[in-house]
Amino acid sequence: MRLQLGRFLVRRLAQAVLTVVCIAILNFLLLHLAPGDVADVLAGEAGAADARYVAELREKFGLDQSIAVQLGRYLWSIGRLDLGQSLRYQMPVFRLILQRLSPTLLLMVASLATAFVGGLVLGVTASRRARSMVDNVISVLALLAYATPLFWLGLMLIVLLTLKLGLLPAGGMYTIGATQTPVAHALDVLRHLILPATTLALFYMATYTRLMRASMLEVLGSDFVRTAHAKGLSEWRVLYGHALRNAILPMVTLLGVQVGSLLGGAVVVEVVFAWPGLGRLAFEAIFQRDINLLLGILLLSSCLVIVVNLAVDLLYTRLDPRIVLD
Amino acid sequence: MPRRDLWQRYRKNRAAVLGLGVFGAVAATAILGPLFYRRDPWAFATRPFLWPGSRPEFPLGSDAMGRDVLAGVIHGAWVSLLIGLTATAASVGIGMTIGAFAGYFRGWADDALMRFTEVFQTIPNFIFVIVLVAIFKPSIRTIVLAIAIVSWPPIARLVRAEFLTLRQREFVQACIVLGMSESRIIWRQILPNCLAPVIVLGSIMVATAILVEAGLAFLGLGDPNVVSWGKMIGDGRGSLRTAWYLSAIPGMAILLTVLSLNLVGEGLNDAFNSRLDRR
Repeated sequence: MRLQLGRFLVRRLAQAVLTVVCIAILNFLLLHLAPGDVADVLAGEAGAADARYVAELREKFGLDQSIAVQLGRYLWSIGRLDLGQSLRYQMPVFRLILQRLSPTLLLMVASLATAFVGGLVLGVTASRRARSMVDNVISVLALLAYATPLFWLGLMLIVLLTLKLGLLPAGGMYTIGATQTPVAHALDVLRHLILPATTLALFYMATYTRLMRASMLEVLGSDFVRTAHAKGLSEWRVLYGHALRNAILPMVTLLGVQVGSLLGGAVVVEVVFAWPGLGRLAFEAIFQRDINLLLGILLLSSCLVIVVNLAVDLLYTRLDPRIVLD
Repeated sequence: MPRRDLWQRYRKNRAAVLGLGVFGAVAATAILGPLFYRRDPWAFATRPFLWPGSRPEFPLGSDAMGRDVLAGVIHGAWVSLLIGLTATAASVGIGMTIGAFAGYFRGWADDALMRFTEVFQTIPNFIFVIVLVAIFKPSIRTIVLAIAIVSWPPIARLVRAEFLTLRQREFVQACIVLGMSESRIIWRQILPNCLAPVIVLGSIMVATAILVEAGLAFLGLGDPNVVSWGKMIGDGRGSLRTAWYLSAIPGMAILLTVLSLNLVGEGLNDAFNSRLDRR
């Protein structure tokens, strides 16, 4: 078993590296297809680029060399985790992204957890009384949440909860200028986290609710659930102890599929709530025309998707031992 | 396929009929609206921050520069539908071609094309669209192309799966025996048979494309020459405290349009699948 797991990991890692190389090549192509030469794209559009920097870029990419050599140089530098300089921040793109990664991860984990638990409970509740009033209300709400633009939902929540009711802060990650104990600081971050995390979570909660409902309805019709009922288990034990464990697998799959879209959603949510993460960084990069930084964000967010999917595959085998790693 | 049959089955899903009605209304607004309501959405028409309903000539009020909100909403309907429909048509075109080749020829062509598809599925769609539009400058054309480039993989996978099964069926074998050319078999024989699921997925992709365009315009990456719903929400953001209706109204328009398309997609799915059930 351990040997099998090892071989699986090695093969998946090789695949992952290949995918990253493909995305890096795609980045390279984008730079070359864009109007102007690479140095112009990376530097010229930032407006205040000085001639020395442009010359440095031309030198680095070796623009007088053949395309193949240029590509080789580009891949080599990415292999050494050198994603180039960000013009606006005057620091390496890689370091900049790492700095901004943790707020985004915090936001994503909080939203996913909310969406997962909320979707699970709502889906189970809806499936328990299919076609009842409760089921219909949940289904309509899920449909609405599924069709709502995230950034608009965020703005409307700000109008209602911040501007009208004054309950929660409208933006940022913590209260600026306050000196706090660690506990107070954590609570402060949590208070700032509620609105953005809820906004980002609602869309995914809708998809989880629908999937969970469908999956539960299927499981509830199977023989072992009837057996559990027959031996006199409580409704609660049957639902959460027996049916849920079997209905949850598709939810885990969806988790892996949705990481990419969650990252995209984080961009607009971070912009709405001034959350200092990767999305906000991407937004600033758009305005500074900092293409190098944008391409770096694209590459590293793709890597994040790959890592999470690998983790989901491993989690899958833990949840259902019948699944053979292949 | 008997059309009337399809409609009979579609009609059974009342939510889907409602969705079709709403979508029809949005489409009519986009196409006929500018003919009947001729005010220019860019013109400074009245005093700024007119609340909806306060003056009958401006039913939805005016924005921070005195521009008519209703004119903007009508114009935005046109932009959203144009981008949603053309981007989806383009990505269905790309996806069908790649899926058809992979599923028909199998072997190494299939392996290579599916690896390629996986790479595109790994890259976070919205961030990819942002990068594409930022590099190639925002315009309706670049936005449509960018959305098409990121959204074809699900279509390709779907069409490939359909081709893999359909290729084994007798009518295709018969065509091969008859000596029909491969391109004719692919385009004229197999492809029409996998249109139903493609249409269902396509209707939902139009909804997604509309959401993506709105997000882009909100971030300031919309076509600077057109008024779109996302741009209106972004513009209204600055006066959220005093005039939240400026953001609320275009957002409701997006919500309604996307919701109606999702309902239509679900209805089509039911209608097509009940045909399969009966068979």
